[in-house]
Amino acid sequence: MAVVEVRDLSKHFGDVVAVDGVDLRSEEGEFLVLLGPSGCGKTTLLRMIAGLEQPTEGEILLGGEDVIGLPPRARRIAMVFQSYALYPHMTVANNIAFPLKAQGMDPGERSAKVQWAAELFGIERLLHRRPRQLSGGERQRVALARALVREPTVFLLDEPLSNLDAKLRAAARDDLMEFQRRIGITTIYVTHDQVEAMGMGDRIAVMNHGKVRQLGTPEEVYHHPADVFVAQFLGSPPMNLLEATNFLFGFRPEQFLPEGIAEDEGDRVPFTFHVNRIEYLGSERYLYGHVREHDETKIIAMLPATVTLPLAVDQDHKFSVARDQIRFFDRDQGHKIPAQTLNL
Amino acid sequence: MTTAARKRYLSDNPRFLAALFMSPAVIYIIALVGFPFVLAIVYAFTDISTGNPELDFVGLETFRRVLADPVFREALWNTFWFAVIANLLVVVLATALAEVLIKDFKGKWLVRFLVLLPWVAPVSLATITWLWTLDSIFSPIDWVLRELGLITENMYWLGRPGSAMASVVAVQTWRIVPLAAVIVMAGLIAIPGEINDAVAVDGAGSWRKRFQVTIPLLAPIIAVAVLFGVILTISDMSVVYVLTRGGPTHSTQVLSTWAFIKGIEGGALGQGAAVALFLLPVLIGITAVVLRLARRREVL
Amino acid sequence: MTWQDTDVPALRRTAERRRQLGRFGTYTAAILFAFFAAFPFSWALISMFKQSNDLYVKDNNPFWFNEAPTLEHLRLLFLETNYLTFIGNTLVVGLAVTLITLALALPAAYALARLRLRWGERMGIAIFLVYLIPPTLLFIPMTRVITNLGLQESLLSLILVYPTITIPISSWLLMGFFKGIPMDLEEQAMVDGHSRIGAIGRVVLPLMFPGIVAVVVFAFTLSAHEFIYALAFNKSSAVKTIATGVPTELVRGDVFFWQSLQGAVILIAVPIALVFNAFLDRFISGFTMGAVKG
Repeated sequence: MAVVEVRDLSKHFGDVVAVDGVDLRSEEGEFLVLLGPSGCGKTTLLRMIAGLEQPTEGEILLGGEDVIGLPPRARRIAMVFQSYALYPHMTVANNIAFPLKAQGMDPGERSAKVQWAAELFGIERLLHRRPRQLSGGERQRVALARALVREPTVFLLDEPLSNLDAKLRAAARDDLMEFQRRIGITTIYVTHDQVEAMGMGDRIAVMNHGKVRQLGTPEEVYHHPADVFVAQFLGSPPMNLLEATNFLFGFRPEQFLPEGIAEDEGDRVPFTFHVNRIEYLGSERYLYGHVREHDETKIIAMLPATVTLPLAVDQDHKFSVARDQIRFFDRDQGHKIPAQTLNL
Repeated sequence: MTTAARKRYLSDNPRFLAALFMSPAVIYIIALVGFPFVLAIVYAFTDISTGNPELDFVGLETFRRVLADPVFREALWNTFWFAVIANLLVVVLATALAEVLIKDFKGKWLVRFLVLLPWVAPVSLATITWLWTLDSIFSPIDWVLRELGLITENMYWLGRPGSAMASVVAVQTWRIVPLAAVIVMAGLIAIPGEINDAVAVDGAGSWRKRFQVTIPLLAPIIAVAVLFGVILTISDMSVVYVLTRGGPTHSTQVLSTWAFIKGIEGGALGQGAAVALFLLPVLIGITAVVLRLARRREVL
Repeated sequence: MTWQDTDVPALRRTAERRRQLGRFGTYTAAILFAFFAAFPFSWALISMFKQSNDLYVKDNNPFWFNEAPTLEHLRLLFLETNYLTFIGNTLVVGLAVTLITLALALPAAYALARLRLRWGERMGIAIFLVYLIPPTLLFIPMTRVITNLGLQESLLSLILVYPTITIPISSWLLMGFFKGIPMDLEEQAMVDGHSRIGAIGRVVLPLMFPGIVAVVVFAFTLSAHEFIYALAFNKSSAVKTIATGVPTELVRGDVFFWQSLQGAVILIAVPIALVFNAFLDRFISGFTMGAVKG
């Protein structure tokens, strides 16, 4: 039985459809990421699972039991918010103890639990401080401790890293992943950052306009995107998309290589690549330009620094892509088309 | 920069602009607040009256006469206690009302309208409605109580010292609660939504949430509301003047009405000024206490 | 994850019951507050239409029109008293005071909010301290000053003096509003070639419109409420405002014309409350800005 399952879940705010018939099943102990641009419904979906928002239609099951109508505190969930939502007027210890107090736990058991949670995250020495005296990373740990202290079965996180400095973010991400692996708790994580999603998720649910466009492992959503949206949302720079007579085809910038550089000799599709501009970024080179017969579409190629082949601007170069790396999409609907159905 | 250039760009010079922008207000306030304030102090050291309009310095004599008067002590006591009791009630009621007004419910617009009336109606006019409601013969409250068999004789609300004082406090509370509620409402809105969400997830019920999270976070705003309420109560003269004129037998007298009765109605300007000057220590005293209490609960 | 030790349907029922109790509580509280707030006004509203031979009978049901309702008292109010004069005076004074307040408080508030002054912080406290010196302290020397200026028994006395009450709080309010407008806009205008004053006029003032409205309403309200100066300066009926005129003029000796009195109050209180109710949300946002950033 899945820890978290939603069936045909929808949420309407007046005329606006925030979540549109979503089906989702999480696996035990997995780190499931809800990924999408702002407004795609991922946060609304998370909040409905938490019980902070009431669905318009559909079912939410936690541990096989329908939880619609139950308040958040009855659902055995814990949540970490974007701002961490630490109670500013309470010490760290009281912050962590607060959910236990609400349960009516007696003071002795309470302080033992608080101590346990604090040790789990290495914040024992912060117990008497106030949130405003803590750094961003420390606050995250307090938020996690407060969430964990109730020993929930599901862990919900709403973009907890987005308020941190870029430098801190990597360290905080590492912290988070390490702890999740250790505890093994089923986690649902909301983010708009596809790099984060790829790095952290066991599976990613890519969402747009209230629907899940694709659910799969990072490898699946990256290399076998279900539609144009997923193809272009994942990957930085995004996938190159070109129009053919009655379909779209695409390939990723790192798959677009100069002739002769490609390692395998397999079936490669050649292109004439006119380079307009080159960006040297240290570890990579980005080449901006267009290919013959598709003059209006901007194409980007990404070469690692290890490829030292000199390439001049304002010149044509011979480039190619492995045939099995090309992805095909329907021109009007955007969904993927298997290569075999097209006669190429 | 040359002097010519400095002159041309005068309208950009911040210091010039600051002086230009602030001086009208500052001059006005100094002239019409500062100067009369000094004058009030001067008057208190003279025996000036409408019959004797010269400023004859008499040392502390005027103060002595004022302080010797038992009515003065009654007025000082009342000024302080009316303000304290009324505003304690205001804090509780306004916080409760703010919580109600934050929510959505049918008829909210009407409730808001009715609840605002005591505050937006001019003070003396609002007090007149109370004067009539508490009338010694025709009070509808008395009628209801008589019909229910709870009393046989009318209560003479404004005619007995105890109920008169309670009525004054009630009217002050009644008119200030709307303002305080609006201020507290602003504070409630300012609490980040994620904090409320965290409370829901952490499992606190509404009473725990109210006392352990919401009210502590509201403390600074509540302090502001109390401050306003205290200043409004202490510096008000119309409620007592219209409701009881300070009676019966001076039991509801406050410093402001007593100063008016002595100074303007009685003509003893020096004494009136002296009485009024005592408003300052009461105001500053209570303000200082409220600010200190607010600072102790330093939040955020 | 097991639910075997929990009765989920029971939990759901309890949650639903709590929700209903909460709604019941909200409605009850709302009704109670509304009732107590409006009770004297409701009584005034009924009284103003009651005939005297109905109202002045002790044992009559006060909430019922035992005799037919009448407009007689309103007629008296409008035709036989100076009620309209009082309203006119209040409007004139209110308008003049509002203009003076804006003229003095707007620049002062801008200076305090924007121009980094060494004494900026202290000025803010000074404003607050002025607020602590109320009219009830100053009215005696102020009465003498007015008399010496020859302004007694005139609306000018009020127009001159009321801004002392309105300017401190208006400056504080406007400061909050100014701080809410990003500096970038003025700086952009100045880079584009305007002088600072030009920048203020073109860019900042239009954005200050809600703040200015708030101050207008406040200044008008404070002028209309003011009692002690009006009572001390103007004893003649022709120059009274509603605050002093209504309580004093509708009394002949010991006889109160209660119905007309209550009518006078209702006709003023209700429109003001309607306006305030309509703009309440704007006031709250202005207040939050002043309190949070001021």
